[in-house]
Amino acid sequence: MGTIDIIASERPFEKKLKFRKSLMALAASVMLVSSVQAATPSTAEVNTTGLAVTDDTVTVGILHSITGTMSISEIGSVQAEKLAIEQINASGGVLGRQIDFVQEDGASDWPTFAEKSRKLLRQDNVAAIFGAWTSASRKAILPVIEQYNGMLYYPTFYEGLEQSPNVVYTGQEATQQILASLDWVAREKGAKTFYLLGSDYIWPRTSNKIARKHIDKLGLKVVGEEYYPLGHTQFNTVINKIKLRKPDVIFASVVGGSNVAFYKQMKAAGVDFTDEKPLLLTISVTEDEIRGIGGENVEGIYASMKYFQSLDNPNNKAFVAAFKEAYGDDMVIGDVTQAAYLGPWLWKAAVEKAGSFDVDKIREEFAGIEFDKAPEGYVRIHENHHLWSKTRIGQAQLDGQYKVVFETEELMEPDPFPEGYQ
Amino acid sequence: MFDGYTSSELMSIFAMQGFAGLSLFSVFVLMALGLAIIFGQMGVINMAHGEFMILGAYTTYLTSGFFQSYLPGLFGGYFFIAMILAFLVCAAFGALVEWLIIRRLYHRPLDTLLATWGLSLIMQQAYRSIFGAREVGVDLPEWMMGAFSVTDMVELPINGLFVMIIALSIAVGLYLLMYRSGYGKKVRAVVQNRPMAEAVGINSAGIDRATFALGCGIAGVAGAAFTMIGSTGPSSGQAYIVDTFLIVVFGGAQSLIGTIVSAFGISQAQSTMEFFLSGSMAKVLTLLVVVGILMIRPEGLMALKVRR
Repeated sequence: MGTIDIIASERPFEKKLKFRKSLMALAASVMLVSSVQAATPSTAEVNTTGLAVTDDTVTVGILHSITGTMSISEIGSVQAEKLAIEQINASGGVLGRQIDFVQEDGASDWPTFAEKSRKLLRQDNVAAIFGAWTSASRKAILPVIEQYNGMLYYPTFYEGLEQSPNVVYTGQEATQQILASLDWVAREKGAKTFYLLGSDYIWPRTSNKIARKHIDKLGLKVVGEEYYPLGHTQFNTVINKIKLRKPDVIFASVVGGSNVAFYKQMKAAGVDFTDEKPLLLTISVTEDEIRGIGGENVEGIYASMKYFQSLDNPNNKAFVAAFKEAYGDDMVIGDVTQAAYLGPWLWKAAVEKAGSFDVDKIREEFAGIEFDKAPEGYVRIHENHHLWSKTRIGQAQLDGQYKVVFETEELMEPDPFPEGYQ
Repeated sequence: MFDGYTSSELMSIFAMQGFAGLSLFSVFVLMALGLAIIFGQMGVINMAHGEFMILGAYTTYLTSGFFQSYLPGLFGGYFFIAMILAFLVCAAFGALVEWLIIRRLYHRPLDTLLATWGLSLIMQQAYRSIFGAREVGVDLPEWMMGAFSVTDMVELPINGLFVMIIALSIAVGLYLLMYRSGYGKKVRAVVQNRPMAEAVGINSAGIDRATFALGCGIAGVAGAAFTMIGSTGPSSGQAYIVDTFLIVVFGGAQSLIGTIVSAFGISQAQSTMEFFLSGSMAKVLTLLVVVGILMIRPEGLMALKVRR
């Protein structure tokens, strides 16, 4: 019975929920036997705001770029969201209703994201939108989703400094990704000096601001900070500068095609990351990116994320197996893909806790919603709409996978508005 | 910024920085030569230049896959075959494009801009459908990776040296072709005065097609070479197009020598400023200088003197 899949925990404040879900599971079995629909709550009851909910279906929207430059990154998220929806449907759906989805293409163009989200909300009346990837696309959707009171589940790790009542952020915000990993390199690797390097836009700049402040707090030193335009492909000069400054750690947040150029040219300049001189710590290279860069060019670098495909737990093994079965054996799964997979499950949990598809009722229930079948392990929604999650550090292997070398013991609290960083 | 370094360390860094500048120069030359021929000699604004480069890169990717599966023993040398194939594939496709689209638009340069821009979108989406939206990793033979150590400190990237050699060979080859062969003479005649060239019996349509194909073929070789230093994905070509036009226009559209001089100037300015400032600032200043010089010399650095 799929409806009880997600509540295997014994946390006290979950008991009521568990009871209610058991009832529903019971009801669902009755329904199967008698094939009478009476067990599912009536549509009028669960949908008072005119969403696309019928007696046996509910429609949601998926909004990512499947064309244009961002499609490289976003297609993994689409695949993960569809997989989650399929699995939820196979296990009985949400409030007894099967999920239908309408997929729209943001085409890597921010105004298109705004327009398509308006279409999903006004024309298709979707109950939730799973989508957006870059901060720019999220910012484009934001006014629309707030105006029409929809709910967006946003999967990417991002710079923070935002908290909308109409968005659930299933990726990490910057402090969750950065602070623990800097502590780790200082403690375990004895790092004293840092070189911050990123692509020139809001996420690397904010991330480096947070990193710099934390490095100061640890009493360590930043010896260089640099930004290159998006799409920059020539890194020989900065590599020379790094060689001149000899930092202990390069803290890298280069994205997109630049990433490929940067690591290939580092390798060509005779830098062997497995020597850890300097050590490279990145917040932007997932397994997905390594496919384009080539494992031989990144072997030995460290990445700080919340999820790696190689995580050794039963949830993740099942997830990886299901993903490969659905999309082929050569698929790789990065951090954001996993976070996108959480979206539909968290939405389902919230809907069932609220007993309604109404966005206002769901919102009331977010704080404390748990999901312990997450591939990354147990996660919980904070009242600021971000997730409590662990920070992990992986070391890149020749085969393009990360080996997890460290994880925080506790879940890191999401803190989208860290003091003094704005 | 140089406090606390020994003079030998500084010397090494400057040596490597000099090399970085030269290697940027050869990358620029390689990017720009194909476009210089098409834009400079034919007046066609080829917005799909970057996509032709990526066609060469994908050809390299396929060749590398083929060698890995069927001829693993010869993998060390596949890159040379790949470059030749890249040239042929891109030149053939270029000739097809010229025949289908470009030849109908010779008197409407702005329309070639639109048509080739459309073509670039079609090509990007075709790559996405065929190879997938994700970037592909092109495996290199072992000997092409890593660095060549001159001294303990001075390490020169092997792929940088390789790009330099390719750029040099193509530049020399192109010079011989354009200034020392019958074909080159005809091309230059058509550029300078099309009706007169036709009047003396030059098949200008044939020359156009061959020239367009040649430019695309060189773009393909550049794309093949760039698999060593950059990414290979459906939209990777976009990263090159702006710099490429900048170099060609700055050099003076109709002069191949101008293209090389401008590639040298821009690459040196860029890499020197990057060393002392940050990456984004260096780019801004480089562009400002280019804009300034173009305001004074709208024809570019080396304008061909012809009567108009």
